[in-house]
Amino acid sequence: MLSKSIAQRLHSDASKSDASKLSRRRFLQNSSAAVGTLVIATTIDFLPAVSLAATANDGPLPNAFVKIAADNTVTVIIKHLDKGQGVATGLTTIVADELDADWAQMRCVFAPADAKLYNNLFMGPFQATGGSTSIANSWEQLRKAGAAARAMLVAAASSTWNVPEAELVVEKGIIRHTPSGRQTTFGAMAAMASTLPIPADVKLKQPQDWIYIGKEVPRIDSIAKTTGSAVYAMDVKRPGMVTAVVARPPRFGSQVRSFDASAAKAIKGVVEVVQIPQGVAVLAADSWSAIRGRDALKIDWDDSKAESRSTAEIFDNYRARAATPGLPAARRGNLDSAFAGAERIIEAEFTFPYLAHAPMETLNAVIEMKSDGGAEIWAGSQFQTVEQATAAAILGLTPERVQLNTLWAGGSFGRRATPNADYVAELAAIAKQTAGKFPIHLMWTREDDIKGGRYRPLALHRLKTGIDARGNLVAWQQRIVDQSFMVGTPLEAMVVKNGVDETAVEGAADMPYAVPNLSVEWHHAASPVTTLWWRSVGHSHTAQAVEVMIDELAHAAKKDPVTFRIALLEGHPRHVAVLKLVAQAGDFGAPMPSGRGRGIALHESFNTIVGMVADVTVAPSGQITVDRVVAAVDCGIAVNPDVIRAQIEGGIGYGLGAALRNQITLTNGIVDQSNFDSYEPLRISDMPKVEVHIVPSSTPPTGIGEPGVPPIAPAVSNAIFAATGKRLRSLPWDLNLLKS
Amino acid sequence: MTTLTINNRSHDLDVDPSMPLLWALRDHLGLTGTKYGCGAALCGACTVHVDGEPTRSCQMRVGDLVGRKVTTIEGVEGKVATTVKTAWQALNVVQCGYCQSGQIMTAIGLLATNPKPTDAEINDAMDGIVCRCATYVRIRAAIHAAAVQLG
Repeated sequence: MLSKSIAQRLHSDASKSDASKLSRRRFLQNSSAAVGTLVIATTIDFLPAVSLAATANDGPLPNAFVKIAADNTVTVIIKHLDKGQGVATGLTTIVADELDADWAQMRCVFAPADAKLYNNLFMGPFQATGGSTSIANSWEQLRKAGAAARAMLVAAASSTWNVPEAELVVEKGIIRHTPSGRQTTFGAMAAMASTLPIPADVKLKQPQDWIYIGKEVPRIDSIAKTTGSAVYAMDVKRPGMVTAVVARPPRFGSQVRSFDASAAKAIKGVVEVVQIPQGVAVLAADSWSAIRGRDALKIDWDDSKAESRSTAEIFDNYRARAATPGLPAARRGNLDSAFAGAERIIEAEFTFPYLAHAPMETLNAVIEMKSDGGAEIWAGSQFQTVEQATAAAILGLTPERVQLNTLWAGGSFGRRATPNADYVAELAAIAKQTAGKFPIHLMWTREDDIKGGRYRPLALHRLKTGIDARGNLVAWQQRIVDQSFMVGTPLEAMVVKNGVDETAVEGAADMPYAVPNLSVEWHHAASPVTTLWWRSVGHSHTAQAVEVMIDELAHAAKKDPVTFRIALLEGHPRHVAVLKLVAQAGDFGAPMPSGRGRGIALHESFNTIVGMVADVTVAPSGQITVDRVVAAVDCGIAVNPDVIRAQIEGGIGYGLGAALRNQITLTNGIVDQSNFDSYEPLRISDMPKVEVHIVPSSTPPTGIGEPGVPPIAPAVSNAIFAATGKRLRSLPWDLNLLKS
Repeated sequence: MTTLTINNRSHDLDVDPSMPLLWALRDHLGLTGTKYGCGAALCGACTVHVDGEPTRSCQMRVGDLVGRKVTTIEGVEGKVATTVKTAWQALNVVQCGYCQSGQIMTAIGLLATNPKPTDAEINDAMDGIVCRCATYVRIRAAIHAAAVQLG
């Protein structure tokens, strides 16, 4: 997922053209509209700061989002990937509301890959899902698309009945002329409406008139996903399709020296074995044969450029670097004099492991070469623009000759969004090596997923803090050592400033606490181990370091952790409101029985503020049970409150599972984990009760897919301290330290 | 040729009898509602019913299933199945949805034998079915809601 800093940077780039965009916005009819189908196309004319394609100067382009068919269905074109975060429901809701449609007539379909029509407005000419931006960037765009469609339907009815538009009302998909008692449907008016001019400007509803936004609208994917009929890339079948499974290097940075495929080819069903830049691919008639074929390969790997260290050595290296000053990510005041004058100095180290994303649907995609020489790809595609362009380059095609179809994705948590198109590039390479002679389904196994890299970076934080005689926090030095996944990619220029990767320090460098003397520093630790954004990106470690340290300082200052934070949050009324709400709802500060503790944490990510109060029980064995989590969230206008609650519930589970027991470790460069036994996800028996409070808001929606993750580990860490007096700073928690 | 009874229909399969049922269902019979998640009985995404009992299809060999009744998410029916699916929909349980066939097949198996499960019994029955979206709060609520509905 893109981090806030990337999204904001991209947003600020995109917003440079906002004035021209708004003044020149007009609505066009899509000439490709089927007869009898109204297609609303809003023209978004932006001047991207970063030009990815020669089409940047092509002028206004149609941007179609709403289709109304004669059968009275309304279909919203979803430009984003829905990997479970519920964006298909949310985007459909926005259109349905402005349209005054009946929810039962709403449908949705994923947009084709098209950076001109379906770009993320926060990211320039780039179709992508990430940074918890889907609702935020689509909010105004889809409200206008829905309102324009409604205006055209009303105009059609007005013209048909020869009555003033002002006398018409639209309610739940019915257009009504009360004086004459006439009424009609959207479907009946669609053909006529499609012949009318598209309004140059539309009036959007006032919040008090919303019928679906902020209300309880059922998920649009529930029936398909409870009957086995939802189609994921994993389920795509093409005539004559073969399955490909790839043997990749056991060490990051290894390369194939030579291989022997004779045993693999002897496996029944195996049809071909080819070498690609990423490894050796076995193609077979079905998945099982391909897996068995891969198992039978004999490969000699060249490890000369590979990572060969073990985890402990990497941490030792990071620890040594943290003892020296890093590149400045944030600096204010005079740290030296502040430490010299401090009453008490507290130092702490936090370590964080590599983490795999482990979405339930492993990476996979299907490709088919077409008779005209073009290609068609099916994938749970998150970076459509990158994947389309990369596949095209590998196949020697122009991007528009690669038709990329986005399907429901079985989770991602950041894993499907890669700057180099990753698994789609593998797929294209296999298609090229096999001359496109059969459709190919590339499938990663779970072992490929767990061992395959693109991990949340391993990180070490060294903190030195000081409080004065009155218990005020006066000094904060935080040195973060980790590996950037942006340096060396096309996205580097957007997020690396003065040598510092913002995604590595976000949540720390920009913490809301008004510490007068502060230095947040960063060391870049390069490695052949591949890393990537993992649900909440830098916040996945910075929130733990900052919020556990703040709790420790509050205790050292003999102050209530809520009061201590509020004193540092001047100028941040939203943070204070969330903190107070969650403290009250979670009954923070109430006495707890022996062996139990209650902890609190607060964190902003992706412009959304989340507070959590966690209750834990610590057994004499050291085992912990998280009994209950109360969360408060300010994410602007709540488009779908139930989806927001679900994302907070899910974020808690995702973050808690990792903090409880997930880590990817290396022994001499080889990943120690391989499947859900050695990398065991959270299970239902680990899941706490969850209560979510949404702060009412009238500001535009902000992110929700990721912000539920960062506060859970520190809230539980602080609860463990409350229960036991022991500080578990590093993740995953070493529960052996809690044995009594 | 192996003949299996799946969703009350007879299917002839020309595959190696040692092929796991999961891959036979998905790759050879087009029953893709049953999902691959780990291939090692660690996640439960592939859960089907064999003679009515929730079973990991990744661990069942095709050749061992002759004469037994296999039911997948596409074919599961009856009052318990309908009630469970309806509860799942009413509570908006799904997120990515990929594990939910396994969750639902397991929940149906639970309620068929234990009409009023406690939280602890739900944990016992459902603990093997991994949901990376962590829809567990709602899975638990939906099972309780279905139990109430079934009376």
